[in-house]
This record gives sequence, structure tokens and C-alpha cells, in this order.
Amino acid sequence: MKITNEIAKQIKKDFPIFSHNLGLVYLDNAATTQKPASVINAVKNFYEKDNANVGRGVYSLANRAMKRYDQTRTVIANFIGANSGEIVFTRNTTESINLLAYVISKIIPKGKDEIVLTEMEHHSNLVPWQELCKRNGFKLKFVKITKDFVLDMKDFNSKLSDKTAIVSIAYASNVLGTINNVKLITRLAREKGAITVIDAAQAIQHIPIDVKHLDCDFLAFSGHKMMGPNGIGVLYGKKELLEKLSPFMFGGGMIEKVTFNDASWAKTPEKFEAGTQNIAGAVGFAEAINYIKKIGIENITGWEAFLLKYALKRLNEVKGIKTYHPNSGEKVPVVSFTLDSIHPHDIAEMLNEKKIAIRAGHCCAMPLMSVIKANGGVCRASFYFYNTLEDIDALVDSLREIQEKFK
Amino acid sequence: MPHEAVDDMYREEILELYKSPSNFGELKNPSHKHTSYNSICGDEITVQIIVKGGKIDDIKFGGSGCVISMVTASLLTDKIKGANVSDVKKMKGEDVLSLLKSKLTPSRIKCALLSFEAVKEALK
Repeated sequence: MKITNEIAKQIKKDFPIFSHNLGLVYLDNAATTQKPASVINAVKNFYEKDNANVGRGVYSLANRAMKRYDQTRTVIANFIGANSGEIVFTRNTTESINLLAYVISKIIPKGKDEIVLTEMEHHSNLVPWQELCKRNGFKLKFVKITKDFVLDMKDFNSKLSDKTAIVSIAYASNVLGTINNVKLITRLAREKGAITVIDAAQAIQHIPIDVKHLDCDFLAFSGHKMMGPNGIGVLYGKKELLEKLSPFMFGGGMIEKVTFNDASWAKTPEKFEAGTQNIAGAVGFAEAINYIKKIGIENITGWEAFLLKYALKRLNEVKGIKTYHPNSGEKVPVVSFTLDSIHPHDIAEMLNEKKIAIRAGHCCAMPLMSVIKANGGVCRASFYFYNTLEDIDALVDSLREIQEKFK
Repeated sequence: MPHEAVDDMYREEILELYKSPSNFGELKNPSHKHTSYNSICGDEITVQIIVKGGKIDDIKFGGSGCVISMVTASLLTDKIKGANVSDVKKMKGEDVLSLLKSKLTPSRIKCALLSFEAVKEALK
């Protein structure tokens, strides 16, 4: 069903946080999203009815827990067009990328020693690669962004070469809202024999994703940014590549056979999942995806595009607001801005007085802040499909009041 | 309730001091100097001090920051100008926070103490 402002108001009622915090205007969805009652109840029900460790017990309860855990893998796989054997559970996007950065060297052909990233990466898709470079002597290259805050594809082509081992990019920027042309980037990278890694943390909650269509080698995302619980995330990898990689964490659950002096590994994806997993988190994650399916991801995309357009229109009515957001291309509903020379932390703190929650600061993208010349950081309002036009009005009205106070 | 504290934080006298802080600028020949950074927001404050006869003869601060960090820097530099260095070294974080007369939310305490950290490092 197509979402309208009235329907968004109804949807909000599915999220208990709003009845516990009356008047809350939650605009920090790029940091984490709120959880519908169905997700919270799924976690609660799991602990109350089905809790046991997985992959170990032979009793019915353990089998039931195992079934729920495996079902989640299938639900996630179906959601992104993958096979369930290609879904590795992690804590979050950061851990997914760290896992890869630890073990990826094994599948990089000799002579390739460059990693291509972009200027708009979140620290989670930057620092793990910096560390890989320190270990292996690889070099980082950064694709520039244009004045319109989109990737400079000419620059991308010039940075790409036969020496490129890995191209790792954000599907969507957590600061600029830019959606990158991942399909094209993946194709160009493949032509040079590079491995492609997509950080989908800011895209998967907003737009349909099909890994077969994108033809990327790896894709990472977090459950908590798409209404799932904290501490459960995913690394998708093509089966043949995951099979070639070694585990990066060792212990229980990831082994095939262990002697006192050696061990062999379980099959993919279990070999990457050492120790007791976040089973309840996985169950909640599956429920979050069910909730998205119930609403329809296309309906989510549609309403968010409307919200974004309205937000940009209203924000740009305020003299002194500078937005850091592309005018062209596809975008997720994330708008970063500054207001006069007022410090972003002061704006966020004063908005908090009105129960409006936004992010302020460098948003885990410090290098990007220097590129867009926002060294004092930015304010960031990020929306999800439960946001309404009134939420945006409240933000803009309060920004005007704050501006008056500083005059 | 934190809301009262926050309201308090941006009262008029504080905002006025933010617009025209005391001791903002640079000294020609500081004997002591330090820049402190707040990694959460990228703010930085540089403190320059001239120490004469064991006393803070002059002090100025520069840099950019939020209302809380700038106003506290202004209040702190006013407070310690002319004071004995040994007394300043004995000052604690609470002494500085009390100058602001505002209840701060936990995330802003670091902002408030940025200039104090720079003073302490400069005098080391």
C-alpha cells in the first residue's frame, strides 16, 4: 500500500518508542532505526519459548532454536537475492568489513596491491582497510566527489588499474545521502579483476537490493539500521569466494574436527561464526525483514523520496542554511546541513529541548568533513518511512527559533 | 529532568558571552601554549599564557567550538588571570564546571573542560 502522511502516522503506532516518549521527533535514523513491537516481541518470545544454543544440542528445544536461526538466514538471503549459504552472521557492518579485511589477502592475485575507496566512506569502510595496508604494504586510493556531492566517475576510472586488488564503496553515503552507481562500479572493477565490496549499511533499509543483479563479491549491512535488534549484522559473499577464505575467528561452532594440535573448519558460512551466536538477534532481524516486506520496500522508497523532497524544500527556505546534499541522481533520505556559523552541537542540544533528535558532528566520516569544508561537523537529519511531514515542520520551525536566539 | 538543565545552558547571559567572550585572541610572546582537541566534534582550543613571578600575568584563548566550550574558556581565563600557577594546577574539573552555573548533559562535559585541559597541559 502506498504510504501517505496519514498512513505514516498509523505506522508510527507500531513503534512503542513513540508512545513511551510522547512528542519525540526522531530524525537520527541513519544512526539507528526504531523497532516495531513485532520485532521486540519476536526477541521476547524467542527467549520465553525457544531459547537454547544452536548447532550443539539434540533435544527438541535446541532443534527449534536452530530452526529459527537457520530460517533467518533464508529470510535474509531471499531479501537480497542470495542463497542462504552465502549469508554470514556478524555483529554489524563494521565487523563484516573487519572480517573481510582480515582474511581477504588469500584471494588477491599477486601483483595487485591497491585498494580503491571513496572520499565519502564511513570510518567502518576506511579504518579496517588502512590496517590491512599496514599489514600487507598495500596502498589506498580515494575516488573524489564532485561539487554536487556525487562520485566523480572520471576520477574513479583514473584510480582503477590492473593493480587494483579491492574496490570497496558505500552504496549510499551516511552524510551526503548520495546513492552510488554500484552496478556500474562493480562492472568496471571486475573488468580490472578487482574484488568488489559494498557497504550497504545506509542503503538496504531504503531501496531494493539484489546481489545477483549488482554482481558484487561481498556486501555488508547491519540489522539495527533496518529495525532489527542491535548486535546482528551480515556479510554476504559469493559462495565460491567464501569457500576460499579462511576463518578469522576460531573456537566453538566453527570447526569440523579438532585434535590437541590441529583443527579443520566447518563449511561456509558456519566456519565464520565462532562462539555462541546472537540467536535472538537473528530471530528479531528476520521479523524486521518481515515487517519491511509487509509494508513493501518500494512503498518505503516512494514515501521517503517524498519526505526528502519536502525536507529539502523546507530547509532551503531558511536563510543561512547550507545543505550538503546532491541536486542530481538517486538519494537516500539523509540531509546534512549547517546553519549560519552556529556550532552543530549547539543546534542538536537546542533541538533536544524540543524533543527533536538529530545527529551533530563528523558522523564517523572525518576525512569527508574536510573535503566538503565542514570541519566543525554538520547537523544531520535522517528519515525513515515512519517519519511524517509534521516531523520536518517541527525541525524547520525550531531551526528558525534557534537562529533568532543567536542573532 | 535534563530538560531544565538544557534550557539553562542556553540562557541569555551565556549566549551574550558566547558572542563576545573575554580573552579571545592571541598573545605576542606566550611563555606557555597548548592546543587541545575534542575528538567527538573536532573542536580545538589553543591557550596562550604569559607566566611572570609564579603568576598568570596574561592569558588568551583561540580556536573554534560550541557555546559551551567557548563560554567556559572565557569564564576560566577570566578566573585564573592573575592567579598563582600553583593554585591553577590544583584546580579540578568540578571547579571549572561550577563557573558555568549550568547542569550539563554528560556528552557536553568534555566540551566544557576542553579549555581547562589546554591550560593544564600548557602549564605542565
